[in-house]
Amino acid sequence: MFKIRQFLIIFLVLSLATPLASKEPTTLIAEIVNEASVILSSDDPVESKIIKLNNIAETNVDIEGIGMYTLGKYRKNLNESQKIKYKKLFNSYFLKSFSSRLVDYSDPKISIVSEKKINEKYTIVNTILEETSKNPEIKIDWRIYTKNPERPLIRDLIVEGLSLARTQKEEFKSIMQNNNEDIDYLFKSLEEFIIK
Amino acid sequence: MKKIITIFLISVFSQIVALNVFAGSDGTLKIKNESKKQSAEVKDCFEKINRGIFAFNQGLDKVFFKPIAKGYRYLPKPIRSGTSNALNNLSNVVTIPNNILQGQFKEAGVNTLRFSINTTLGIAGIFDVASYYGLNKLDKEDYGQTLGSWGMKEGCYFVLPVLGPTTVRDTLGSIVNLSGGDPWYNVTIANNTEHFENSDYYYSRLTTGVDFRAKNLEAFDNLENNSLDLYASVRSLYLQDRKRKIQNSNETTETMNDDDWEEIDTQ
Repeated sequence: MFKIRQFLIIFLVLSLATPLASKEPTTLIAEIVNEASVILSSDDPVESKIIKLNNIAETNVDIEGIGMYTLGKYRKNLNESQKIKYKKLFNSYFLKSFSSRLVDYSDPKISIVSEKKINEKYTIVNTILEETSKNPEIKIDWRIYTKNPERPLIRDLIVEGLSLARTQKEEFKSIMQNNNEDIDYLFKSLEEFIIK
Repeated sequence: MKKIITIFLISVFSQIVALNVFAGSDGTLKIKNESKKQSAEVKDCFEKINRGIFAFNQGLDKVFFKPIAKGYRYLPKPIRSGTSNALNNLSNVVTIPNNILQGQFKEAGVNTLRFSINTTLGIAGIFDVASYYGLNKLDKEDYGQTLGSWGMKEGCYFVLPVLGPTTVRDTLGSIVNLSGGDPWYNVTIANNTEHFENSDYYYSRLTTGVDFRAKNLEAFDNLENNSLDLYASVRSLYLQDRKRKIQNSNETTETMNDDDWEEIDTQ
């Protein structure tokens, strides 16, 4: 009995002392691409595909971080309740936008070309969306947030050098600027998008 | 005068439509220190008017350009590829002088070789024979980019009827094309030659626009369906693309304003 207890204690200590395996950004992208490919090429109904794609996004994308980045200078003016409301709305907006962008692709072929570590917090993974009969080859770079190496998260997609997060940020900024910098108007626009 | 205006409009149109939002880089990258400086405020000097013109252009696209682009998609792929190759080959006549003006002598040499090989062995550029010889396609250059690389600011952003987004700098670049800077314009329109008609110029420009639109049908639909403010999205994409091209950021994935990212900590 003592031996079993001793063994359990040693096992527990060892498992706590051993750091969790860090995940390489390239591995993260390879896994996501494979998962998405399986979902998109399946015969599942669109609704089911959307749910599965959203699960991938919720696990692997820093939606909260993107939301804060997208809000730019305005994030500093939000009170706590506005912040909570914004995070909730942005999450729904992001997932709807994310899945509807992807669901039209039947079986995208993405190959990983290289990766480059920018600093401790960021690595860029370079990929190529292969040419189809309809679309030319597209270069996609993924900005991976690696502050926690055990759980890297996607923060931006840079399509042929054009940052989606930056585009979205300028879109939100334009909405704010054209509506007396009233955050409620942005909330209204997000709500309209979510229910449409 | 009317003729010059028409040519100017078509030329600017082709530049804008062929802005090649999705044109490539070689994938290597670095974050530039000056990126913060380059992400200055957008100078949308006539935004209300621009938004009106943008809405008009959207309508025009729906009834005219998009249906043509969809029809173009039905052509067999070899025909579309051949057309695209020939138009790309033709664009070298503007790219090569701009390579030189920007001090890109190696690129100028490669493009000159590519143009010579593809125009002859590639039958007017229909086949990209040069790539088989290891002379891979390089990014296009224009006078707007050259002015930018010389340090000229972009000036006001504005939207032209039919032609779409541009800036003061890019419009000046288009004027250079029509003032002798575009050899294709010179041999088709500016000078009377036995070999080319005026219509050759117009067709080439219009086909460039249709080819680009056809390649990006889904991308544009996607953008339209997922934007809260499509006008602002297009403006952002246009300006990002021009900045990237002026920096010749083949070696850079320009992520622009990194200061904001650095501030955000979610882990």
